[in-house]
Amino acid sequence: MSAPQQRPQTLVHSASLPGHRVEFGRDRPLVLDSGAELGPFTIAYQTYGTLDAERANAVLVCHALTGDQFVAETHPVTAKPGWWETMVGPGKPIDTERFFVICVNVLGACMGTTGPRDPNPATGRPYGLAFPVITVADMVRAQKLLIDHLGIEKLFCVLGGSMGGMQVLQWASAYPERVFAAVPIATGARHSAQNIAFHEVGRQAIMADPDWCHGDYLAQGRNPRRGLAVARMAAHITYLSESALHQKFGRNLQDRTRVTYGFEADFQVESYLRYQGSSFVERFDANSYLYLTRAMDYFDLAAEHGGVLANAFRATPVRFCLVSFTSDWLFPTSESRAIVHSLNAVAANVSFVEIESDKGHDAFLLEEPEFAQTLSGFLAGSAAHRGLK
Amino acid sequence: MSAAADLRPRARSAGPLRRDLALIAEMIPSGARVLDVGCGDGALLEHLVHDRGVDGRGIELSQAGVNACVARGLSVIQGDADTDLKDYPSDAFDVAVLSQTLQATRAPRKVLGELVRIGRRTIVSFPNFGHWRVRWRLLHDGRMPTTPSLPAEWYDTPNIHLCTILDFEDLTAELGITIERALVLDSRGTARGLNSMRLANWFGEQCIALLRRG
Repeated sequence: MSAPQQRPQTLVHSASLPGHRVEFGRDRPLVLDSGAELGPFTIAYQTYGTLDAERANAVLVCHALTGDQFVAETHPVTAKPGWWETMVGPGKPIDTERFFVICVNVLGACMGTTGPRDPNPATGRPYGLAFPVITVADMVRAQKLLIDHLGIEKLFCVLGGSMGGMQVLQWASAYPERVFAAVPIATGARHSAQNIAFHEVGRQAIMADPDWCHGDYLAQGRNPRRGLAVARMAAHITYLSESALHQKFGRNLQDRTRVTYGFEADFQVESYLRYQGSSFVERFDANSYLYLTRAMDYFDLAAEHGGVLANAFRATPVRFCLVSFTSDWLFPTSESRAIVHSLNAVAANVSFVEIESDKGHDAFLLEEPEFAQTLSGFLAGSAAHRGLK
Repeated sequence: MSAAADLRPRARSAGPLRRDLALIAEMIPSGARVLDVGCGDGALLEHLVHDRGVDGRGIELSQAGVNACVARGLSVIQGDADTDLKDYPSDAFDVAVLSQTLQATRAPRKVLGELVRIGRRTIVSFPNFGHWRVRWRLLHDGRMPTTPSLPAEWYDTPNIHLCTILDFEDLTAELGITIERALVLDSRGTARGLNSMRLANWFGEQCIALLRRG
C-alpha cells in the first residue's frame, strides 16, 4: 500500500535544538550490554543553575520514556512547559538557585542524543533497526561519560521517575562512589510482566503500520504515525488511573448530545486519547519508542546480581529516598517496597514515602504538594549531611 | 494554602523532648548508628540527628508519620516492626530503639529477639501494667484500667500485648537478654533506677531498659 499523501518526517532536526551537546566514542566506542559497540555518538543535555566551585552541587535528573532534557523550560518543539517545572526551578524543591541541574537526553532517544533516526556512520543513512539495542545500564554508562567530561566527581543527587527511576537505581548500583543521594520515584528494580505486555502492544502497533517499512521509514520518506499514535494511546491509559479517567471524562460525549452509532470519537475520553496520540507523533520517533521500551523491558537489577537485589547495593554509601503513589498501577508501591527491603538488608540509609494520589503513574509529573514537601525535606537533609551551602 | 510554603521542608518541631524520649537519648552515645522502630513523628530521631550527631534511621507504621519525618529531612521508611525487622543484617546498628511500641506489636517476643539481633544494644520503653493505679482500677472498680500512660479505652486501644516490669524481666531472661540498665518513670515523671524490681513494678508508670543479647 502506498501512501503518497503521507507527510514526511516532521520531527525538528536535533541540531537546531537549544542546549548542549558533546561527542563521545570516536576513539574508543562505547561497549554496550549487547556486546555491540557504539561510536561516535552525541550526548545532548541541558543544564540549569550554576556549578559551585567545589563541583559539589550537581543534581542529575533522569527523564522517563518519552521525556527529554528540557526539564524546566518551554519545550522547543511543543512550546509546552518543561516536563518537571513543578519540581525544578528557582525556589522549587530542586532549586536551581542552589543546585546545578543536569538532564541528559538518553541514548536511543530523539532529542539530540544519538538514536535510531541519526545517520549510521557506516552507511550515511539513518540507523533504523541497525541501531544497537541499548539497555538502562548503557544509558547510564553514556551519562557517566558526560559527568566525567564535566569534571564532576560526585553527583549530589540523582533523581528520576519511571524509566528515570530505573536509571537512578542503575547509577546507585553501578557507581555508588559517584552518587551522594538517590531518589528513585514511581519505579521498580525490574519491569513486570504486565508492563512488558503493554510495551509489546505498543511496539506491535508501530510495526503493524505499513509506513514503518521495517524500521526504514526515514530513508523512504514515510513515518508510521498511526502506529506510534496507537502505541501512545495504549501507554497513556497505563499512566492514569481508573478514578482519574472517570473524574476527568466519565461517559461524557464529545461536542454532541447523543451517540452517533458509528466509530467516531463519541466519548470525550476517546477524543482525549486521539489527541494524545496525534500530538505525540509530532515530537517522537517511532524507532526510538521501540528501543526505549525495550530498554525498560530488559531492566532487571537483581538478575544482574545473582538474583538477589540486595547484592546490587552491598555496603552502599548512597542515601536513598523512594517515592511511590497509591493509585500507580504501572509501578505500584509493592515495587518500591521490594527495593526498600533490599536496601534494609544492607542497612542502607533509606527513606520511603507513599504519596496518596488518584492521579496514577503520572502523579510524579503533576502538582502533588506532599510529594514536593518530601523531596524538599530529603534534599535539605541530604545537603546538610553533604555540607552543601 | 500557600503554594510557596508547601514546597519548603518542614521546620523542626518546637518544644522540649518528651521526658521518656530525653532519657532514652541520654543512653545513646553521640555519633552512634541508630534505628528507631516506631519513630512516630520523628521527635527522638530529630534530636539525635541534629543535636547528637547520630546516624539515625526510622521505621514508622503510619504513613502520615513517615511523610512528616521525611519532609523534615529524616531517613524514615513506612514499615511494620512485626514484619520488617527480619530484613536487616545482624549488628546493623549500634542501638535499636523501640519506644512505647512493644505492647502494640503482634508478636512482642519475636520483635524483641529481632531487635537484639540487629542492634548491638537495644533500648525498649513500655508502659508498666503492674503500676498500682492499674491494679487498683481493676481490683477496686472492676474495669479495664485507663491511666495517663494508657489513656485509651479497651475497645480502641492499640495496645494488645501489655506487660508488667516483672513480665518483661522474665521474657528477657528467657531470650537470653541482659538488662544492662533500667529506669522507671513515676507519675510525676521522676526517673529512678531499679534497685528493687518488685517496688519498681508497683510505682513505675513506664520502664526504659537498655538491653544486649547474651
